[in-house]
Amino acid sequence: MEKKDTLIEVKNLSKFFNINKGIFSKTQSYVKAVDDVSFSIKKGETLGLVGESGCGKTTTGRTVLKLYEPTTGEIIYDGKDIAKLNAKEMLPYRRKMQMIFQDPYASLNARMTVGDIISEPIEIHKLMNKIESHERVQYLLNRVGLNPDHASRYPHEFSGGQRQRIGIARALAVQPEFIVCDEPISALDVSIQAQVVNMLEDLQEDLGLTYLFIAHDLSMVKHISKKIGVMYLGKLVEIAESNELYKNPLHPYTKALLSAIPVPDPDMAAENKRIMLEGEIPSPIDPPPGCRFRGRCRYAKPICGEAQPELKDMGGEHMVACHLY
Amino acid sequence: MQFSKDMFEFVPKEEKNTNKVVRPSLSYWQDVWIRIRKNKLAMGGLIFIIVITLAAIFGPMLSKYNYTAQDLSMADMGPSSAHWFGTDKFGRDLFVRVLVGARISLTIGFVASALSIFIGVLYGGISGYCGGTVDNIMMRIVEAIYAIPMTIYVILIMIVLKPGLESIIIALTISFWITMARIVRGQIMSLKEQEFVLAAKTIGASPLRIILKHLIPNCMGQIIVTLTLSVPDAIFQEAFLSFIGLGISPPLASWGSLASDALGGFQLYPYQLLFPALAICFTMLAFNLLGDGLTYALDPKMRK
Amino acid sequence: MEKLLQINNIHTSFHTHVGEVKAVRGVTIDLYKGEAIGIVGESGSGKSITMMTLMRLLDNNGEIKEGEILFEGKDLAKLSEKDMEKIRGNDIGMIFQDPMTSLNPVLTVGDQLSEPLIKHMNMNKSEARKKVIEMLELVGIPSPEKRIKQYPHEFSGGMRQRVMIAMALICEPKLLIADEPTTALDVTIQAQILELMKELKEKLGMSIILITHDLGVVADVCTRINVMYGGIVVESGTSRDIFYNPKHPYTWGLLRSIPNPKLDTKERLKPIEGTPPDLLKPPAGCPFADRCDYTMKICLENKPENYEISAGHKSACWLNHPDAPKVEHDDIRRDN
Repeated sequence: MEKKDTLIEVKNLSKFFNINKGIFSKTQSYVKAVDDVSFSIKKGETLGLVGESGCGKTTTGRTVLKLYEPTTGEIIYDGKDIAKLNAKEMLPYRRKMQMIFQDPYASLNARMTVGDIISEPIEIHKLMNKIESHERVQYLLNRVGLNPDHASRYPHEFSGGQRQRIGIARALAVQPEFIVCDEPISALDVSIQAQVVNMLEDLQEDLGLTYLFIAHDLSMVKHISKKIGVMYLGKLVEIAESNELYKNPLHPYTKALLSAIPVPDPDMAAENKRIMLEGEIPSPIDPPPGCRFRGRCRYAKPICGEAQPELKDMGGEHMVACHLY
Repeated sequence: MQFSKDMFEFVPKEEKNTNKVVRPSLSYWQDVWIRIRKNKLAMGGLIFIIVITLAAIFGPMLSKYNYTAQDLSMADMGPSSAHWFGTDKFGRDLFVRVLVGARISLTIGFVASALSIFIGVLYGGISGYCGGTVDNIMMRIVEAIYAIPMTIYVILIMIVLKPGLESIIIALTISFWITMARIVRGQIMSLKEQEFVLAAKTIGASPLRIILKHLIPNCMGQIIVTLTLSVPDAIFQEAFLSFIGLGISPPLASWGSLASDALGGFQLYPYQLLFPALAICFTMLAFNLLGDGLTYALDPKMRK
Repeated sequence: MEKLLQINNIHTSFHTHVGEVKAVRGVTIDLYKGEAIGIVGESGSGKSITMMTLMRLLDNNGEIKEGEILFEGKDLAKLSEKDMEKIRGNDIGMIFQDPMTSLNPVLTVGDQLSEPLIKHMNMNKSEARKKVIEMLELVGIPSPEKRIKQYPHEFSGGMRQRVMIAMALICEPKLLIADEPTTALDVTIQAQILELMKELKEKLGMSIILITHDLGVVADVCTRINVMYGGIVVESGTSRDIFYNPKHPYTWGLLRSIPNPKLDTKERLKPIEGTPPDLLKPPAGCPFADRCDYTMKICLENKPENYEISAGHKSACWLNHPDAPKVEHDDIRRDN
């Protein structure tokens, strides 16, 4: 079996947001949205990123695409570090790296026709003339299961699921290699979610796409991803191959998260002994030293309050950041 | 109920339409038009505006009286079948003069509003999109200008340029673009965090493209409403300036100057003041009703 | 078991500027005392509108065209607004999906919670305050005496939902209607809220109607489930009936579109093709006909009858007619 190449490698990526209390304040406050996160994704594979509000998964996705400037760290795409590139240098990469968004109602410009929305990337990168562009739009609409005649219609005339397909068509317009899927199915009905997930899988197989799949629906993430990373308050606390993560979660947060997922099966639901987490998710502003999960962890030890745990390899590409190990 | 056996045969897939879009294609503006048509007051306002604009353009040409023609023997006559609005102290037909006044007042109203929009949208757009220090500075400048009362720049401009139509338009534009800039900036600041803007950045759109193609078109609703509501404001301001003598000079007539001329003989010849005043009132009312109706019709939350 | 609520053949429509939208087209649901039932469906199924009809909280352009809602001997569909106000918040409590917009941001939590007590139970301020603190403790809000002076924005999402639950329960209603109560919450907070709802049901002996699109949530909390599609109830039964012996193609489709928790190996999802019907022009026959894998001629023209599969298990599908072909659902969820 040929060894698959790594398409994208993220090293020690951090994104801090400065929230100043007024122009004249002396103290700087930071939201450490993404704090020292590292992972890699091989070509043609999917890495799932899960976590709850404030964990930084969406910020991670956007920072990887340079929609936010990284505070520190490297983003190595196909061997080249793009973290410090300016807007002009990033332009060719904007062809290769695309994004699908969560809200099908807000991610399409209500004033543009569907055809214009899909052809805009082609126009920006000056890839085709008007006729070729029109043909490509028709091809893409077909590919995502929509009627090509609908290119002259407006987004509001379509349902949520159909709008999401339009968003996917837009992402595919310039033949990208890597797509960040930021909660692409959360806002959709259950039966439509399955349609979109299947389509994403088919496209991955046909076009050799690589995905970073960000979601909070853990069962869907397990279904589509080869590897899954769990984030909490800006830190990557555990990362492993999907089945392995579910069978053998190591981090206390991962265990609690997995036990909290409602199971669509009455007998299993009755048997499930939930690990209840006490308390609320703390604020990501100026987090305390030590492990971020310490306040809610039942296994907390003194060292947890002092030093941040590093990701340790537990064998078989299963890494966890916890002082228990 | 009894059914025949053949009712229980499977229907092949082709006969089922699975991706239909049932309702007819309506663009955003068509939908707005449907909604506005239902608002009788707004439609009334719109019709009034159209009528008075047409009257202003064509009326004086069709009338047998010239607005400057004096006939002292007919001075200060009340409304009659010969002179629908009566005559002024120089025997000039008031009806024609009100229509000519409409030309001036409406021109000032439309032009000042249009110019202020153009400047305001660009300024507000850039300020809103850039945010941070740029926005801070730009907004402070706006506030400084806003603090100066309009009458002062009118006077300053009158000193620099000669008094007349152009100087009034410039003065009004200066005072109106600020409101537009603020409104547009506010809209853009809330829009720029939306996902479709992020999507535009992802595909590599330049900031200029984002502002012109994505942000401003989505503000058009607000812009149009503000435009519609600026016109009556401009007309009123012009009337005020002309009334106090800072506006256009004779023989040109605007509604404000007509009112000003009529003031002296008000007690004896009230109709001379009444007609220009009514013209101002009804026109302002019409624009306000239309603007109100548009606000409701353009509100995206009403879309279902 | 005693019956608490009987919704009989309710039809609700909305008069919009493009025409009449028939959102609910003949829904019958029953509820017994002390039980938790679920109403499952996707957007456009009519599940939320059915509950808004029950609570008589329809918009001005909504109308109950037919049917009755029997609650404690009264027909809620015909009650005056004054009489409904006595029931809302008192005998029937409701919690909504978005706790931020359901709570008044300019009133303290204490004031909002006291309101129904003063209004319905004729308590004075200090009695109400005591009860409010008791209720906040019951729903798991720490330091309630301090928190009653706070405003909704000072609470986190999960806490606000608890406040909403407290508000819905404060007059100890017989029925709690929860419309997507946990959809906007994080998974771990959702787990806390669901446990809380189950606990309260036991403690207060109240009935719950849980409206959701999440089959996992419904499997956890509800003993009986109604599946809605296109404005009608397509299948109803116990939770085991629905998950282990479903008898409607829509239910099969739903179960096949979610990843099976019992499976280790990855299996391709089988989504339901197409989109829900437009209720401006509802189809003449079965609303699911154009997306169903087993559509027959009769399905296109006639609304299906409700067949009784077993005691309490009903399916509105022509496949249950004696003359229809036998179709087996490849049941991978059967417990074996």
